[in-house]
Amino acid sequence: MAQAKHSSFLTYRGGRWAKFALVFSVICIGLYFAFDFEPVRNGGSWYGYTLGTIGALLILWLAWLGVRKRRYNPGNWSLKAWTSAHVYLGLSLLVIGTLHTGLQFGWNVHTLAYALMVLVILSGMFGVYFYITVPRRMSDNRAEASQVEMLDELENVSRLLRETSLSLQDADTQRILDMLAKTTLKSGVMTRLRDSHVRCPNARALKDFKVAVRTIEGDVQRGMFDVISVLERRDSLLGRIRRHQRYRALLELWLWIHIPATITLIALLIVHIIAVFYYQ
Amino acid sequence: MVKQSDIKFDVAIIGSGPAGLSAAGRAAELGMSHVLLEKTDHLSDTIFCYQKGKHIMATPDALVLRSEFEFEAGSREDILDRWNSKAESINVSLNAEVIEIKGKKENFIIKTKAGDTIEARHVILGIGTQGNPNTMRCPGGDKAHIQYSLDDPDAYFDEDIIVIGAGDAGIENALGLIRRPELENRVIIMNRRAEFSRAKDANVKALMSAAADGRMTIMTESETQEVYDKQADVSTKDGIRTVAADRIIARLGSAPPRKFIESCGVEFASTDRLAYPTLSPKFETSVPGLYVIGALAGYPLIKHCMNQGYDVIENINGNTDLKPADEPLLIHLFRALPNPEAVSEWLEFLRTKIKIFNGLTPLQMREFMLDSKVHVFDPKKMVFRRNDVGDSLFCIAEGAVAVRIDPNDLSKTITIPEGEIFGEAGLISGRRRNASIFAETRSILVEVPRNAARKLLATVPAVQASVDRTATERLLLAILGQGLQKEDLSEIMETATLETIQANEYLIEEDAEDADVFIIRVGSMVVEKEVAGNNVFLAYVPAGAYVGEMAMLEDGRRTASVKAAVKSEVIRLKGEAFKTLLAAKPKLRASVIEKFADRRALNSYIEANKDSFGGVADMFTARANFLMKQGLGEATDALLIDEKLCIGCDNCEVACAESHDGISRLNREAGTTFDHLHVPTSCRHCEHPHCMSDCPPNAIRRAPDGEVFIDDSCIGCGNCERYCPYGVIQMARPAPSKPSLFSWIAMGAGPGPGQPPKAWIKKKAKGKAPSGPKQAVKCDMCKGITGGAACVRACPTGAAIRVSPEEFLDASRSKVR
Repeated sequence: MAQAKHSSFLTYRGGRWAKFALVFSVICIGLYFAFDFEPVRNGGSWYGYTLGTIGALLILWLAWLGVRKRRYNPGNWSLKAWTSAHVYLGLSLLVIGTLHTGLQFGWNVHTLAYALMVLVILSGMFGVYFYITVPRRMSDNRAEASQVEMLDELENVSRLLRETSLSLQDADTQRILDMLAKTTLKSGVMTRLRDSHVRCPNARALKDFKVAVRTIEGDVQRGMFDVISVLERRDSLLGRIRRHQRYRALLELWLWIHIPATITLIALLIVHIIAVFYYQ
Repeated sequence: MVKQSDIKFDVAIIGSGPAGLSAAGRAAELGMSHVLLEKTDHLSDTIFCYQKGKHIMATPDALVLRSEFEFEAGSREDILDRWNSKAESINVSLNAEVIEIKGKKENFIIKTKAGDTIEARHVILGIGTQGNPNTMRCPGGDKAHIQYSLDDPDAYFDEDIIVIGAGDAGIENALGLIRRPELENRVIIMNRRAEFSRAKDANVKALMSAAADGRMTIMTESETQEVYDKQADVSTKDGIRTVAADRIIARLGSAPPRKFIESCGVEFASTDRLAYPTLSPKFETSVPGLYVIGALAGYPLIKHCMNQGYDVIENINGNTDLKPADEPLLIHLFRALPNPEAVSEWLEFLRTKIKIFNGLTPLQMREFMLDSKVHVFDPKKMVFRRNDVGDSLFCIAEGAVAVRIDPNDLSKTITIPEGEIFGEAGLISGRRRNASIFAETRSILVEVPRNAARKLLATVPAVQASVDRTATERLLLAILGQGLQKEDLSEIMETATLETIQANEYLIEEDAEDADVFIIRVGSMVVEKEVAGNNVFLAYVPAGAYVGEMAMLEDGRRTASVKAAVKSEVIRLKGEAFKTLLAAKPKLRASVIEKFADRRALNSYIEANKDSFGGVADMFTARANFLMKQGLGEATDALLIDEKLCIGCDNCEVACAESHDGISRLNREAGTTFDHLHVPTSCRHCEHPHCMSDCPPNAIRRAPDGEVFIDDSCIGCGNCERYCPYGVIQMARPAPSKPSLFSWIAMGAGPGPGQPPKAWIKKKAKGKAPSGPKQAVKCDMCKGITGGAACVRACPTGAAIRVSPEEFLDASRSKVR
């Protein structure tokens, strides 16, 4: 069972695709300098056309991953192998695309297509970086609790807080109830990334109560200590859920650039090809 | 009432149960002079002592009733009322406990406790076995809060009650105790085995549904170890547990009151405590004129007993040609044989020819055969093929069969001769046939379905022993291989004993000087070695392998400890005998030595590096222990997720749903994690699957490659869902079909790939109620799907892996080195 071998997409089959992409890139660079192209090196030479064709087909194939990932048909395919090839061949596209341009840039649709390609590859590199670094932190953070379990727990702690706060003076109880109504866990990738812990109503209430508790005494003080301990519990739970959300957002964020840019790139690629042949 | 001491009766019937009543009724009808002697002050004491309102069943349905007394399924009260009113036409003597039967045919003299003497030409004993219940034998088994019957289940309130016993009596007591929830009794029913194979189907179903609703607890594979005043120690699959027990009701069955019956001169079938009297097909004992019928003859079912009472009276009255009521059923069964009408001859033929039937009485044989099939195979005809579905037991009554031992070389066969059994592996594991078998000569085979065979094993201990021996022998031949023959094992088989090892119990202790070799039949073992005061996990040994050969080969001390990962069964072979076998078979010796070279290399490596071992080994051990705790000890193939790589995309779940009717059989996020290694809620394909232990239609099977799967015959009872300790089975209906991937991507049609949300399914159903019951679904390891497990194929980062524990838990292959 080859699949049971435990290796990540980066080290799939001892980095088979990394080696392939590297060798291929080196050959392309070598050929680029091996021949003299008249009048200058550009996409219109035989070598330029060759690289352009390879690059365009490669872009389509790389984009096909989006479909491959969602087709769960039987067969001896492994998405890990596809991801591995996608990453390394995608990186080699940077070489192929750049050589294809012959370093001729200008304010035109051709350079725009190139720029978009670079954007896609760069966003992909961020993606790989997050894919390597985030999962471990996310796993540590969630500590065996699933997202649903964390939210259930939050519900419980909130209820406990509501009950405990009834022993406070009216104004303070009202503060907790308002705070409970205001704390939200926002959806949306950017909001999740920005959702700050400092501005969290729970954290602010905790801070204020910690100050207030020193000025009172007796039963009221004891009641407030109880509330503070629940607020602290809720605070750490909220922190954990927010971190979880942020990690998830990090794993998704780059796709919000990668995918639309890819689709635009394919459209531009068509324009680029038509333009090249039309104006020739 | 007739004055009894002055006349000689044609027949005296002792015991007024269904058998005795029916006999007396027939005698009255035929005008024979008779007396029915009953020990208590009422008729039919066993049924009288049933729980109030108990529903009594009238199985087997196909059997016709022959009796003057009516009997159909109904409540205890209804049945007793009808019998009591009918009994007015017979001559009954209550409070007449018989203490002695002397004399012979035509001249029996019966003495009662009250001092009366009764003379009779014939005597029929129908005293049942209830008067002699089996008792608990563990320490504390004589405590006052242990009882062996339950008269009124409503008499107890707010108690922790353990009911022990897997038979109908135990189940009915347990169900009775929870019938009125306001009494707040907490009831546990405890079964020594994994299955309730001796009980009636309807009872088992009621029990399962009560447990599913949380109204009582079922503990299978559990036995009381010691009883204290308010609690009991119970051994379970996972070790010893202490359970609260204000009351223990032990329904362990009953044995014939042997002493009394032997004092009448009656012989028994064997010395076994549970053996029955030897009877002729006409129910006559070794004392002519003295007959035994009913439960005492080995018949637990009321209908059989009543028929016997009728038949015996007819026989005494001279109607010797009367065939038993089940005769037409048996003639039908024997239709493939020449002269199928010779039922009793055929029964006797099968009973004497087939070894495991030898210990049965002709009557047990009769009852047992009703569940079985008889086949006649011509030479070369296949009985079954390798990988066929089937878990019945075959017995060879005449002829012989050949087993193809090598699927690649059809000419290699071994013969199983007349009298032996085959197909027994199915009884143990429910796996598919592991070899093809064909008839070598014209053969008469008896095919016993799994449930009937298990019932047979449960009721006749001698059969269990004989099947165990055969299974052990074949397991040895299969594991050791090297062309060994059955004869080569005769010596070592003498030393072989079957032992049960509780979870976490040590089989071998490091540094001990014993040298026995163990073959793991069921369960699995872990090998540990003490390094600097800590137990370091060395290896995992699954069922079908052996341990302990190192000390035997090297005459040394044990170099490592071996303990059971889960409750296991091992075959212990004496080291000396094994050594003798190896000495005689150099080829076998070479193969054993080759296998143990790996283990020895690992051992010496650890010995050499003891000091620098520290952290890595500790980490490995901690991780191995975690995985064991997660049930990987009994897994054959489990899904693990490396959380250092998992991006939480849930593509594994989506792929699972897409490959299996839109229902995902895996929950990635749920489950436990240790050292970034996550065990999701997904089937482990246990070596001895809990889910398989009680599947009424036998829908859960194991495929040749080890996958445990559920086929379409699932009736949706939910037993497997309840039995699975890992929560990986769910009850579901296939999701409706979705628009294509293209129309989802391009037009946003449908819910997209993966398990559709409930709301969408509901919308799609357009208010129509779903059809058919929910069926059990679980991971089938993508059996039959090219490319294998979809969850692993669809993981983009390589986080999802499928492993068998021996791959994963073997230190020699891990990073310890």
